[in-house]
Amino acid sequence: MSDHILLPEGSIEKQTTTLNLGPTHPATHGVFQNILELDGERVMKSTSTIGYIHRAFEKIAERRPLYQITPLTDRLNYCSSPINNMGWHITCEKLLGVQTPKRVDYLRVIIMELARISDHLICNSIVGVDSGAFSGFLYVMQYRELIYEIYEEVCGSRLTTTIGRIGGFERNFTPAAFQKLEKFLKEYPKVLKEFENLFTRNRIFMDRTIGCGPISAERALNYGFTGPNLRAAGVDYDVRVHTPYSSYQDFDFTVPVGTTGDCYDRFLVRNEEMWQSLSIIEQAFQKVKEFKGADAEVFHADVPAYYLPEKKDVYTKMEALIYHFKIVMGEAEMPVGEVYSSVEGGNGELGFYLISDGGRTPYRLHFRRPCFIYYQAFEELVKGGMLSDAVITMSSLNLIAGEMDA
Amino acid sequence: MTLTNETIQLKLTEKFPDQLTDWQEPYGMLTFTAPADLNLKILQFLYDDAELRFQFLTDLQAVHYPDNKGAELAVVYHLHNLVDNVRIRFKIFVDIEKPDVFSATALYRSANHMERETYDFFGVNFIGHPNLIRILNVDDMDYFPMRKQYPVEDQSRIDKDDEMFGR
Repeated sequence: MSDHILLPEGSIEKQTTTLNLGPTHPATHGVFQNILELDGERVMKSTSTIGYIHRAFEKIAERRPLYQITPLTDRLNYCSSPINNMGWHITCEKLLGVQTPKRVDYLRVIIMELARISDHLICNSIVGVDSGAFSGFLYVMQYRELIYEIYEEVCGSRLTTTIGRIGGFERNFTPAAFQKLEKFLKEYPKVLKEFENLFTRNRIFMDRTIGCGPISAERALNYGFTGPNLRAAGVDYDVRVHTPYSSYQDFDFTVPVGTTGDCYDRFLVRNEEMWQSLSIIEQAFQKVKEFKGADAEVFHADVPAYYLPEKKDVYTKMEALIYHFKIVMGEAEMPVGEVYSSVEGGNGELGFYLISDGGRTPYRLHFRRPCFIYYQAFEELVKGGMLSDAVITMSSLNLIAGEMDA
Repeated sequence: MTLTNETIQLKLTEKFPDQLTDWQEPYGMLTFTAPADLNLKILQFLYDDAELRFQFLTDLQAVHYPDNKGAELAVVYHLHNLVDNVRIRFKIFVDIEKPDVFSATALYRSANHMERETYDFFGVNFIGHPNLIRILNVDDMDYFPMRKQYPVEDQSRIDKDDEMFGR
């Protein structure tokens, strides 16, 4: 009987247990593997394997015109794909030297902050799930739905949005989109307050998360942390403030920071960022409302060589037809140059490094994925802790497999 | 006083006279090229200098230039000074036949995954890396897929005969 069981050399003699956390474990919330060496329930060592859903985006991008790369960026951090889309459009606009109108910037800010809320909402409620509080997760899902409905109204899709175009949006926001936004702004604060009440001063949740997977500010910087995880460790680095893009300098918001960088701080930072995002959306909505008459019809910059013309123009005007043809066939040539541009994604600094040699496709495109970079700290964060702490640390880092594997 | 690109360039040329070339400022970011064996010295100098303080490694990746004979692979570092909020970029070029580069993992823990990724896709051999194995691709892959000699399939090809997905 035992002849058929093949055990690795020395696996009976050794004093630790090997446990595979992943690739398809419900607690990993994505496809990646951690091989844990356990002494009882204590994690002695963890080895991570990633790349299960590697899709070679950087290689594919070398054969695609700019507008066809947008759908690839959706699939990086799929919890907040609009931010990735906007980040990509902003990179292209920087390369092409396009100046977007203010109204476009404000509309983009609305969409990006909605995406940030949905991203943080998932992450925080998942932390709740992993610490045993399932109802919060189920409850807030219906309010993420409201955000998705707004996306749907703007661009037609919900999860992988491909929202916007180089230069602006594909169409103006409909009155229904603004109504949905109003509905969201009216209903969501109450829900967030309730969600917050469930967790922040909850004794069980606090005992569970305080001191769990902490990291110091210095360590976090050395590990390349960005975004809420870095801010939880006490560094107030936020791309929106440091390198404002899309007119973020016009808005008044604070950057919350934590002190210890543990799961509880990460939770609190994300929670406060949702409040700040709400305030930014309200400000942006006010600013958008101030545009009257012809200004209220502006939803894209004037970049005929990259922005698809309206269909009725394509059928009636020669110039529009030519541009349409050139864009769709991917014949729009871009200027020579190399550009690095970054946005504050759901997880941190999402950077795009684009090298163009003057062709129709990028010569090289590299995504700086925040998740991929800070995941390497996971081994250190969970070492010496309990197995259940490893799970909760993983979810509070907001590891998204799509972003890690590109 | 804010840190300007001119100051950075001045300090670097003072420290490494005649060794840094190709100074540029594409889209406002100071960019230069350095000899491959100096990469760690430059990183360390930029890290330690009291005025420069480039202590955050934003990004590290490689680019393949097949026509650049003898220096086909470029490794690109993006550094960020978080105090003065200045970014710089520098490149080193290595021969594809002997792509040896010193690893920055001792200075930046974040370089670990990024160097593994660069090795995985371009075959840059980082000397001193603690665990230089493939990260995203399968372990038994025997080529480096992001090099330019492996083109993504040409969409206009006609030699494929596939009933379902034929083109």
